[in-house]
Amino acid sequence: MRWRYPITLAGLLLLLFGFGSAQTITVGFTVSRTGSLNVDSSEQLRGAELWRDKVNADGGIKAGGKSYQVKFVNYDDESSPQRVQQLYTRLILQDKANFLLSPYSSGLTATAAIVSEQNGKIMITSGAAEEKTYSLGNKYLFQMFTPANEYLTSALDALKAKNAKSRVAFVYADDSFSNAVVNAAKAYAQKIGLNVVFAEAYAPDTTDFGPIIDKVVSSKATALAGGGHYADGSTLARQLYSHKANIEFLSLLVAPDSPQFVQIGDSAYGVTVPSQWELQTTFRPQYGPTGAEFAKMYQSKYNAPPSYVSAGGYAAGLVLQHAIEQAGTVDPARVANAMNATDLTTFFGQTKFATAANRHGLQIAHTMVLAQWQKDKSGKLEKQVVWPDNAKSAALVFPLKQGSAVMAGR
Amino acid sequence: MYGLLASMFDGLLIGCVYGLAAMGLSLVWGVMNVINLAHGVMIAFGMFGLYFLFTAYGINPYVLLLPVIIAGFVSGVVIYWVAVHRVIGRPILTSLLSTFAVNMILIGLGTTLWSTSPYNVAFSLPGITIGPYTFTGGHFAAAFSAVILALGLEAFLYYTRFGKAIRAVADNRDAAELMGISSARILMVAFGLGVALAAASGGLAATLFPFTVLSGGAYQLKSFVVTVLAGLGKPVGALVAGILLGLLEGAVTPFMAVSWIPLIEFVLFVMALVLFPKGIFGRTA
Repeated sequence: MRWRYPITLAGLLLLLFGFGSAQTITVGFTVSRTGSLNVDSSEQLRGAELWRDKVNADGGIKAGGKSYQVKFVNYDDESSPQRVQQLYTRLILQDKANFLLSPYSSGLTATAAIVSEQNGKIMITSGAAEEKTYSLGNKYLFQMFTPANEYLTSALDALKAKNAKSRVAFVYADDSFSNAVVNAAKAYAQKIGLNVVFAEAYAPDTTDFGPIIDKVVSSKATALAGGGHYADGSTLARQLYSHKANIEFLSLLVAPDSPQFVQIGDSAYGVTVPSQWELQTTFRPQYGPTGAEFAKMYQSKYNAPPSYVSAGGYAAGLVLQHAIEQAGTVDPARVANAMNATDLTTFFGQTKFATAANRHGLQIAHTMVLAQWQKDKSGKLEKQVVWPDNAKSAALVFPLKQGSAVMAGR
Repeated sequence: MYGLLASMFDGLLIGCVYGLAAMGLSLVWGVMNVINLAHGVMIAFGMFGLYFLFTAYGINPYVLLLPVIIAGFVSGVVIYWVAVHRVIGRPILTSLLSTFAVNMILIGLGTTLWSTSPYNVAFSLPGITIGPYTFTGGHFAAAFSAVILALGLEAFLYYTRFGKAIRAVADNRDAAELMGISSARILMVAFGLGVALAAASGGLAATLFPFTVLSGGAYQLKSFVVTVLAGLGKPVGALVAGILLGLLEGAVTPFMAVSWIPLIEFVLFVMALVLFPKGIFGRTA
């Protein structure tokens, strides 16, 4: 009976480790801890980490009679597509990630999607709104955000309602997301009768917008839309203000949604941002926390209000959790089927994915709002939802005379 | 037309900062035949130096340039003894590798300490508005400071004993040694001055634009163009070439996308090498 003890020991070890690994789901992704996307990507990470902590504190994801704790594995992608390619391969092959979240930005996600699809891994994308990636026949890619071509629609509608004769300039980062947004927005502006007088793309690492602002002024533009991500967008807003560009309406992508945007002071006043989520938007969630609960958890953990990028990070985890629970298993094919069938309202809004092969995974239910930085009675900057009319929490401040007596006298 | 003039005037102002950034590179290159690839990161460290001093004391950032320059000089002396002194006189590739290593170490250190998130010196001066165009007070102050520093360096090199010794070592190191000049000490001071100028230009740029630890790279590239255009070892030449580069940027941007500027700059770089191998004002090292 000498063999009895080793076998018992081996059985115990197998049970311990086998059982242990079966109870953990590994979710892999990259974060731009360095490079130009650092600010936005860090906010997405915060949202995702908050979801993970909440799920684990609540006993994990319950599926098929088991509870799965969520484990994150992530690396710094340096805001670089080359690193994304290497690291997503590592996440899948070495770290054995069960599911993937996307990196931040459309450009990096397009690269990550090639690797995830090659390996048949489900990847939920938040912070990646460009549509093209979802038209390539991917089967395991699911988009949380409203697609890029709809980003500036509400801003242009709001502008037209205030001044149909506006002369619009588009100044935007030369990256895949911003190009996709502005190409669609230019066509939409012309369709609704706005006069597009100037359009120019700039390198995403631009810090001196003086020459472009001079061109905007020369074009006699009265409204400006564009930007890209946090670093360039916040700089553009600041320099438009210091150059007194005298525009009536300013709408920038992504950057003004970050709570850090308030750091640019008076330059932030009146800037609008197409937003995937704002605290004021009160969706009645079928699943997960309410917006107020999410914001409270976020504030308590990070001592800062959440941005829509943070909300997207949390919601991506929530939708994955829902699909795993619906599938009752972590089997990728069955979870993918559950994702295809998802039609869910969370605090982030409605989520539903296109299932046709030529646009599989594209977000088709989520809607956006237009937010604007305004001042409360004490003069403190705060974001308000100003469009659409049925969702607004404050009236749009218009016209905005940047740097003129109107602003100086405020 | 007014747009072109406004753009060129903006270019002239920012060109002064380009010129100051290039002066340090030009000085080191001209005096010791070392292409300092850590020049860009020292510009970035100058930005951070000014930022932290401004955040701590909240006083006029142009006053804070002085401690930034002193810290830059001391850092330059340390870098000289650690990484440059032993490779002077060796093949150019050796000093390139050595200063590149310093560059990578400092970028790594800066990334760890400050990440690559953008920082911003929250200071502004009232600007001047002419018609629809506004020229910010920060640009005027930065241009003025750059010109003062450039003229100060020129005066130091031409009217002080130490400055003359630096020029003597640059002209003929062996002859200078025979005249009793300690070339090691002179080279150390020249390198320190080069880094101090880099830090000063970084400090001035920080008052105008947001920056990260990687921001020095763009100024380093412009510094190469300016140095080649001006010729080596001519500080005021570098300033003038910087202004020319700024004016060129200002002149072309009304007619084409700003993203074409780097292409135009490097075409100019190649043309200057072919047509004026000694630079517009200078001489070879």
